[in-house]
Amino acid sequence: MKNLAWIIKEIIPFWPRVCLALLLSALTVTSHIGLMATSSYLLARAALHPPLMDLMVTIVGVRFFGISRAVFRYFERLVSHDVTFRVLSRIRVIVYEGVEPLIPAYLKDLRKGDLLSRIVGDVEVQQNLFLRVLAPPLVAVLVLLGYGGFLANIDLGFAYVLAAAFLASGVALPLLIRALARGIGQRKVQAKAKMHIYILDMLQGMPEMLAFGQSKAMGQRIQKTQSELSQADRQMARVTGISNALMGMVANLGMLAVLVLGIVYVDKGQLDGVLLGMLALGVLSSFEAVSPLPVSQHYLEENIAAGQRLKNLVDEGKKVLELDADENRRSKQYAEADSRQSPAIEFSNVSFQYHADEPQVLQNLSFEIPVGSRVAVVGPNGAGKSSVVNLLLRFWEPDSGEIRLNGVNIQELCSQEVRARIGVVTQKPHLFHATIKENLLLAKPEATDEEIHEAARQAKIHEFILSLPQGYDCLIGEEGMKLSGGQQQRLSIARVLLKDVSILIFDEATKGLDPITEQELIQELFALLEGRTLIMITHNLELTKDMDDILVLDKGRAVERGKHHDLMLREGQYRHSWDEGYMQKVLFTNT
Amino acid sequence: MGAIALGVGIAFLAIVQAYFLSQIIAQVFLEDVAFAQVKGLVLGILGIIGMRAIFQYFSEVMAREAAIRVKEGMRKQLLQKIIFLGPVYVRGERAGELLNTAVEGIESLDDYFARYIPQLILALVVPIMTLAFVIPRDYSSALVLIVTGPLIPFFMLLIGKLAEKKSLRQWQGLSRMSAHFLDMLQGLATLKVFNRSKAQAKVIGRVSEAFRRSTLSVMQVAFLSAFVLEFMGMISTAIIAVALGIRLINGTIPYSEALFILILAPEFYLPLRTLGLYFHARLSGTNAANRIYDVLELESGFDEKGTSQAGLQELVTKIDQERFEVGKGNPWLRFNQVELCYEKDGEKALENIHFDVQWGEHIALIGPSGAGKSSILQILLRFVKPTGGEVWVNGIDIEAFSAEDWRGMLSYVPQKPCLFAGSIMENLRFGRADATFEEVVKAAQQAKAHEFILCLPQGYETLIGEGGVRLSGGQAQRLAIARAFLKDAPLLLLDEITNALDTENEKDLLLALEDLGRGRTVIFTTHRMQTTLRADRIIVLDEGRIIEQGSPQDLMETAGIYSRFLRTYRREEE
Repeated sequence: MKNLAWIIKEIIPFWPRVCLALLLSALTVTSHIGLMATSSYLLARAALHPPLMDLMVTIVGVRFFGISRAVFRYFERLVSHDVTFRVLSRIRVIVYEGVEPLIPAYLKDLRKGDLLSRIVGDVEVQQNLFLRVLAPPLVAVLVLLGYGGFLANIDLGFAYVLAAAFLASGVALPLLIRALARGIGQRKVQAKAKMHIYILDMLQGMPEMLAFGQSKAMGQRIQKTQSELSQADRQMARVTGISNALMGMVANLGMLAVLVLGIVYVDKGQLDGVLLGMLALGVLSSFEAVSPLPVSQHYLEENIAAGQRLKNLVDEGKKVLELDADENRRSKQYAEADSRQSPAIEFSNVSFQYHADEPQVLQNLSFEIPVGSRVAVVGPNGAGKSSVVNLLLRFWEPDSGEIRLNGVNIQELCSQEVRARIGVVTQKPHLFHATIKENLLLAKPEATDEEIHEAARQAKIHEFILSLPQGYDCLIGEEGMKLSGGQQQRLSIARVLLKDVSILIFDEATKGLDPITEQELIQELFALLEGRTLIMITHNLELTKDMDDILVLDKGRAVERGKHHDLMLREGQYRHSWDEGYMQKVLFTNT
Repeated sequence: MGAIALGVGIAFLAIVQAYFLSQIIAQVFLEDVAFAQVKGLVLGILGIIGMRAIFQYFSEVMAREAAIRVKEGMRKQLLQKIIFLGPVYVRGERAGELLNTAVEGIESLDDYFARYIPQLILALVVPIMTLAFVIPRDYSSALVLIVTGPLIPFFMLLIGKLAEKKSLRQWQGLSRMSAHFLDMLQGLATLKVFNRSKAQAKVIGRVSEAFRRSTLSVMQVAFLSAFVLEFMGMISTAIIAVALGIRLINGTIPYSEALFILILAPEFYLPLRTLGLYFHARLSGTNAANRIYDVLELESGFDEKGTSQAGLQELVTKIDQERFEVGKGNPWLRFNQVELCYEKDGEKALENIHFDVQWGEHIALIGPSGAGKSSILQILLRFVKPTGGEVWVNGIDIEAFSAEDWRGMLSYVPQKPCLFAGSIMENLRFGRADATFEEVVKAAQQAKAHEFILCLPQGYETLIGEGGVRLSGGQAQRLAIARAFLKDAPLLLLDEITNALDTENEKDLLLALEDLGRGRTVIFTTHRMQTTLRADRIIVLDEGRIIEQGSPQDLMETAGIYSRFLRTYRREEE
């Protein structure tokens, strides 16, 4: 329960709505009781052949309850969903604020991919918290108090029977079910996870599976997991069966007990026989209030597990945030004017590894990039190119060594300061499922339409955007336009141009464009960005020819450095790779 | 079926219970009988309550059992179909989609088959059964039921048309809200670069609120269908009660009968109302079923020919003969005017491919990406069937053998080998299931994998793949080569395996590959020029056609592109 307290705290501010929802829900059940009770009372009275006028009030009661239940139910659902959505909004914001400081460096499993979807799923699960976990027991208590009070008015004995039956079906039964179901849910989740892995294996490894004739073995493995899964399903079915059976039994026994008690009272003359049918049918109807309780157990466990995971995230986020705040207080003001002479970027003896159990991605790396120069960073996969960018943006901190921006150690600056100076375009830019304009405005919220169009023109995407039905207001992403890889990259280039920074990093930014457009775009960018510092991380060595300087990385070290011409003469790794790429090109484009 | 029969049984018991109940109450109330005289009826109800509980238990168990069977069958069918469609179908993003359908999609059939379908039938049978008890007792109440009963499905359909769309949008609304949230989390790094990440929390709150408002307005309509259901059931019970009351005053119906009908009225509507509750089960069930059938109904691009065991036997002996007749000069494998289109009327991936392979020859396929190198391997792996021409082995069309038997004669090492969830030992035995421990170790040694395996925490028992220790690309490839050593097949297919490796790894790997290739026919694709020099013959492909072929020496003499290429390369080397 402790892990849910922080979420329950978010529900409390909405207490008037919560109370309304609970009241409406209790009234819904009460209407059902009322309909069956007044109806049987009506029949019993009518059986004594009184004048019709005497029954008018009862008839009105029957009609009222006949209508009211549906109305109460309808509004109860609206109000309780409203509360749920409000709380979900709050949880989303809290979780976002918790995750924000953690990305990307502190979320270790981030690269496993599904972490973020799991967070979203865990938030989603909380929609059951009020609807299915908290409300049902509260409503059951309300009904017990209300209807029990009504019964106590007739005779205390009936109220005791009702309370006993409610306790049996609302407390004892859920506890029993929980004991019986212990471990089954877990087993099912495990079997399903295994199934997931094995089927994934089969899909991804199908070429080898077929080539090595192993489909039967793989099939058997899946079959075995399927049996485990089915076994868990069967056990669960038995528990649900017991739950359904006992719930029905307790309700009917409760009704029977009230009936027998009533008969005894009538025998003794303590009770008017007219009330007998009303009591039996009313009690039976009242069990509607406890029937959701066994199921709410199941939801409770799910909510606790999800709530725990979210809480851990949020707590960790808060810790990191405090560290950041600490650091910001100490950070210096960035003074560009003073540091005009220093290199734009300077790495000195930087070493770095992402995790203690992984190899070093940068080893004693040192290099300088002068202000206004255009430098290419090349090297094979895993050479450390992207890690340079990650460190520069202060997504991670180096293990040793210093990184200086215009002569200032970036650790002395707050990360916002650093990021405000640098523009990055990556190979797979993230574009939000929003309009094109909104995506561009991200870089500069106060930009005018003119500025936006200009940036798009420079990135050679303006014409394309105008050709879209809604132009700049066109939605992109799943529900809107699907953009090609090239179009996405151009949009993200436009976004960076809008940001207007002194240092630009293109991380494989033009990969996937056709060679001619790529050349053209790069040329134009060069002209446009004259005077700014430009770092181009690339595999395409055609693009490096015109750079001021080329930095060749390999295994986290700078192995070569110089202009294209010099490096070609040196016959090192650069020359080797260049030849390979060049030959491919010559071979297949000139024929 | 059992579940439905039990469901009908439960409803019948409820009717009997209602009858007993009305008798007891009427007797005690109107005839002032003592408890002792109704004791029998009370015990009868007690018995019915017990029986209902037993029925209830078994109906749940049987309904779930039926659903379990359906799920098992469906999953098996789906997976078999996917294997049948082959690796060319299961590519890229589609793999994720299929995975989802095969795991979650099938699971979501659970409630559809265990709840919705049985309830659908009960909603038809139980009201009619109930009616059968009401009609002989009271025509007017029966009339109310007959009129309002069908009205419920009618209104459900009427509003349903509207509400279902709205309900669909409601579910979509919920998932859209999640999608937006996920989008923000995924884009957090981008937001940070633009220093927007802090401000975005407000946006999330705002968008969440907007979603709440729009979803609620949708729900106002969506909940109407439930409202109508509830309203019809309740108001008709009320109408029946009032009508019965008036007839009782007039003395045209006995009290016990009236009470019996009153208790039955809700039973009449109950199955219909329960059915309404399973709307979501129906929705997700039919969605999943549609996705499953979309796959099941796909036609495979190629039809499997029957196994010809005799033919294979013949082939195996021929191979054995050939083993001793290396260099005799007869083509062992021939691509005869092969043409391949992946899609009907699509672009040709291969055109006019014609080449011979001698027994024991090493053939390099080179060309830019998309030239058709992989397609040739796909054909040899029998993942696709040529749309024109044929592939012969010793003069026999390879289609004459079943794909499984054919693949028994080849080993395959892909660029990115798949490591399966399991131990290294299990992964290596993939090459030959009955290999002894010593044989596996020997293969690993030959593949230069033994040493790094011993360095792992549990050696050969170390778990790898999803959830296990992560291996580097080079290590994975060495395991794949060890598999090929174990399988010891005469034909070896290598797909770009030295592409993304650093020089150190590559040396080891090349040594291992050289060992592996000895005495076998090898067909490999590559981007690396060095490796082509070791081939007996090179086939240069571009845009699905062969533009040059011959031994490295021949090609150099013909002054084609390969020679030009190689000359440049040689000059650089000097």
